[in-house]
Amino acid sequence: MPSVSKRLATDLLFKGVLGLATVILFIPLIMILYYIIVNGAGAISWAFLTSLPKPPGEIGSGIGNAIVGSAILICIACTISVPIGVGVGVFLSEKPTHTIAKMVRICLEILQGIPSIVIGIISYLWVVLPMGGFSALSGGIALSLMMLPLVIRSTEETLKLIPQSLKEASLGLGVPYYRTMTKIIIPAGRPGISTGIILGISRVAGETAPLLFTAFGNPFLTFNIMKPVNSLPSLIYNYATSPYSDWQQAAWGASLVLILFLFTLSLIARTISTR
Amino acid sequence: MRKTSQLSPEDRNIRIYETLFSWILKFFSVLVVATLVGILATILIQALPSFRDAGINFYTGKSWDPVFKHFSATPFVVGTLATTVLALLISIPFSLSIALFSGFYLHPGRITSTIRLLIDLLAGIPSVIYGFWGLSIVVPAVRQFELFSGRVPYGVGIFTAALILSIMIVPYAASIGRDVIALVPSDLKEAGLALGATPYEVVRWIVMPYSKAGLLSGILLSFGRAIGETMAVTMVIGNANKIPGSIFDPANTISSIIANEFAEATDPIYVSHLIHMGLILFITTTAIGLFGRRVIKKWSSH
Repeated sequence: MPSVSKRLATDLLFKGVLGLATVILFIPLIMILYYIIVNGAGAISWAFLTSLPKPPGEIGSGIGNAIVGSAILICIACTISVPIGVGVGVFLSEKPTHTIAKMVRICLEILQGIPSIVIGIISYLWVVLPMGGFSALSGGIALSLMMLPLVIRSTEETLKLIPQSLKEASLGLGVPYYRTMTKIIIPAGRPGISTGIILGISRVAGETAPLLFTAFGNPFLTFNIMKPVNSLPSLIYNYATSPYSDWQQAAWGASLVLILFLFTLSLIARTISTR
Repeated sequence: MRKTSQLSPEDRNIRIYETLFSWILKFFSVLVVATLVGILATILIQALPSFRDAGINFYTGKSWDPVFKHFSATPFVVGTLATTVLALLISIPFSLSIALFSGFYLHPGRITSTIRLLIDLLAGIPSVIYGFWGLSIVVPAVRQFELFSGRVPYGVGIFTAALILSIMIVPYAASIGRDVIALVPSDLKEAGLALGATPYEVVRWIVMPYSKAGLLSGILLSFGRAIGETMAVTMVIGNANKIPGSIFDPANTISSIIANEFAEATDPIYVSHLIHMGLILFITTTAIGLFGRRVIKKWSSH
């Protein structure tokens, strides 16, 4: 066996290598944030946030339609996935051994792992083809499929932690089961459930792949969910891959807006869950 | 139980709501199952014309050329494997280091929570922003390197895509690794330290052998994650529909070819071939995901 000092030196070296690798990994993170902030801050102004995109070369281009589009897509995704997600979550925590519950668990595991581009294909086949065109609705449905497993999981996990005595007390007072669930148990789990919803939103808000052939993109402002809409991630994708420098500048600005939105969401989720 | 007719109207209402409530919950749950079955059925049915049209040639052919109706997935299977395996090789030392550093070496405290926060930040950056950053920073850097080393200076290609992909999968692999390492019983570690082993020797002879299965399935899971990754790869891989000759060549992965061509595909058989590739993607990621999680679950339960 090597001498003690040699062994201690090996240990120190190993620790140093681990620390170095950890530090190296954060270089790209810092670089990404640095480029987004430096390039994005210059692009952002009130006009940038509110006006519509313009052809390359014209000044005063904005991302207003993409912000509205992202908001529409997120609203549709939540409208679908929150009621169903909370409902299924309640079912799973109330009847964990039910046959349907077991099947749902397997399905969720698979659903969660489906690549986002495949979700896009599904929503194209299910919604875009029958409706005859790209639409915000099809994009929102694609996003809801990605959000659903997260909402179900967090609801189930939260409700499992709520003391059984709360439910027993309510039922013992003669409150019907459905009222106990909707007025006592679900409200008691609200922090956990809303954290799950927020995490779900932050997962889908940055998604581009499922929107490529569903929401598609639209240079104009629209509030019609039957029409294609733009979104922040799609705008970043289209502008980033364009050859025009002012469009790329706008993409940096849009990236900063998106990142700030996502960080705000995770901050909110953190404060709710630690309270 | 009393008959419904004997109940007061109020009680009857409650009973109706009660039934309605449980039916709605059950309906939603069945809906989730039906959705997944529907997804599977849809992809299979839509990929059927492709099976009939190309047959085994889809996997043995060499080219993808929609104009001449040559459809073979080989270039993209090769592209996907090259990109993801390379990304894994680059990322493993980093994710393992972080997992060991924050799961074994450091005591829980300010530094570990900072590392956790930074990892979360890294995981929270959208794929499209990684791609944009890669396009404007990494691609020029790789181009310089290629010029310097006497290669064709594409800048884009498998190497660039793997580099960015490796950064993207580290948070995932590192957090699984940390959880796995944290599960190593502390009496084993303490016994090693008490016998006079240095922390490195504890890692080498106790922690690593004990958590081998967990760490390997963590790597497998991040491999599955990498295969499905679309946007960042699509933006920097160069989009060439031929079998790549070297890791510096432009190529396409299964997900990037779908992202690039699906919206433009007009011929029904062309669409079906793309969906066929979606099916390959779906099956591989699902199989890897299910298998990896089973191993981890089995491993952590004993």
